[in-house]
Amino acid sequence: MPSEHESPGRLALRRFTRRPAAVVGMVVVVLFVAMAVAAPLLAPFDPNATSWSAIRKAPSALHWMGTDENGRDVLSRVLYGARASMLAGVLSALIAAAIGVPLGLIGGLAGGWTDTVIGRVTDAVLSVPFLILAIALAAFLGPSLQNAMIAIGVAAAPAFVRVARGAAIDIATQDYVEAARAVGNPPWRVAVRHVLPNIVPPVLVQATLAIAIAIVAEAGLSFLGLGQQPPAASWGSMLNSAQRFMTQAPWLALFPGLAVFLAVLAFNLMGDGLRDALDPRSR
Amino acid sequence: MIRLGTRLGQVVPTLLLVSVLVFALQELMPGDPAIVLAGPLRDPVVVAQIRAKLWLDQPIPVQYFHWLGNVLQGDLGFSWRVGQPVAHMIGQKLPVTLQLSAMGFCFALLIGVPAGVISAVKQDTVWDWAVNVIGLAGISVPNFWIGILLILVVCVDLGWLPSSGYVPLTEDWRMSLATTILPAFVLGNNLASTLMRHTRSAMLSALDQDYIRTARAKGLREWTVIVHHALRNALIPIVTLGALELGTLLSGTVLIEQIFSIPGFGKLVVDAVFDRDYPVVQAVVLVTAALYIALNLVADMLYVAINPRLRTG
Repeated sequence: MPSEHESPGRLALRRFTRRPAAVVGMVVVVLFVAMAVAAPLLAPFDPNATSWSAIRKAPSALHWMGTDENGRDVLSRVLYGARASMLAGVLSALIAAAIGVPLGLIGGLAGGWTDTVIGRVTDAVLSVPFLILAIALAAFLGPSLQNAMIAIGVAAAPAFVRVARGAAIDIATQDYVEAARAVGNPPWRVAVRHVLPNIVPPVLVQATLAIAIAIVAEAGLSFLGLGQQPPAASWGSMLNSAQRFMTQAPWLALFPGLAVFLAVLAFNLMGDGLRDALDPRSR
Repeated sequence: MIRLGTRLGQVVPTLLLVSVLVFALQELMPGDPAIVLAGPLRDPVVVAQIRAKLWLDQPIPVQYFHWLGNVLQGDLGFSWRVGQPVAHMIGQKLPVTLQLSAMGFCFALLIGVPAGVISAVKQDTVWDWAVNVIGLAGISVPNFWIGILLILVVCVDLGWLPSSGYVPLTEDWRMSLATTILPAFVLGNNLASTLMRHTRSAMLSALDQDYIRTARAKGLREWTVIVHHALRNALIPIVTLGALELGTLLSGTVLIEQIFSIPGFGKLVVDAVFDRDYPVVQAVVLVTAALYIALNLVADMLYVAINPRLRTG
């Protein structure tokens, strides 16, 4: 039985752990992060070391996931590829939140013209399909993993504006916010001290789902050659080169794609679980 | 009518803002376009001529209004690489992508809506569970990976369909379908999963309504109750949410066209990106946004058409 004095955090944790799918998602996310961090320790080979005697070898006891067209170990490259994907996922979501949350907060609390202008710009950005906007931004900024992250972050920001704005409008009508205003707190203080901490739950849910979207987007941009540049490993660029050797070496396409799929699935499961735990009404 | 007028009133400022954003993209561009276009010699006279021709010697607001004036007359500029009018290039490629997207959308509807209905009607059974698992996997799987794997199995191993290329519908409709059916299926896969989830929750709430109980109490067959009464009402949110996802479908064509070597809009933008053909990239962004806004407007009108309660407003 839940205790009457259970804190919201504990309550959310209990709701989250009651969903096996969400817990599995979180465990897989932790595994992927560990893979990314410990790639140098886990990788059996140097991910960029070419070997002319081991070109396109099928999976074996020595090379668990086989080797690629340059004789590089696919397992080591998948492990190092986790770095690009996790980094791109998390940093893009952070960039999106850093742009979107303040704008949503300002729009939701200020109302009037400020809100209208922010809303209209958000609508305009949202009307450009996500990947096309990311590709265009990456094209104008120049191809690199860093620019891909900026492009994905900017393209994903409008979703954060909407979430933060909606939550801020909701919170602003609460008694404690009214009280904070009534005692003469300046608007920025009300926003930062009283509203911001309370819009964290929906923003956190949005961030988890945004990481999943950003991982797919990074893989897509790298697949097109607009993300991680060779020879550095990325799941997307591995799929790109795999496409050229599909008939001779199908394993090249299998493992990096499977990695993207599992990572995205894990973040989606965790995001769904977080949503149910933190914001049960939105189900 | 009033509602349509209000919606049109909202569309115009959004489109204008999109045009500002698209124009602003070129400010991100590294280097001076006039120098790039002048070629390796960088003759100052030629550079000055190009600057004057492209209005680059004017203040930015003047440049914007000049560009916007041209866009409104259907002039999207010239490709730096090919020298053709961009509008003409887009006119050639757009039908290909629209065919692919329309087929993808059909696949998404044909798979997503029935799966969602089954899942809701058989709530908490193995069917529901299976549909949910497949749906979640469908949302998480990168469609370009599925595309690569399907080419491997369906085109290479089984040899059922051509693995790349495109034949226009007007030329040979059978070959056209053969070249687009697999890419369209791959394209529709993510949207099918999203529609499945929306259909499930819309059906669950529709099935919970009093009129369903009444319909059942009247002794109507279960099939009639589900399709004519529940699904008809559930379709309203599904149509709207489906239209909102059309942008994802258009985005998806970029990668799918690349994998299946289909000469559409997506391939045009990727080639333009690598050729640094910025006017083409800008035009593609602008046209996709306009298309997306137009499709949303159509969905909005459909929403009114299938929801009689909104007609009087």
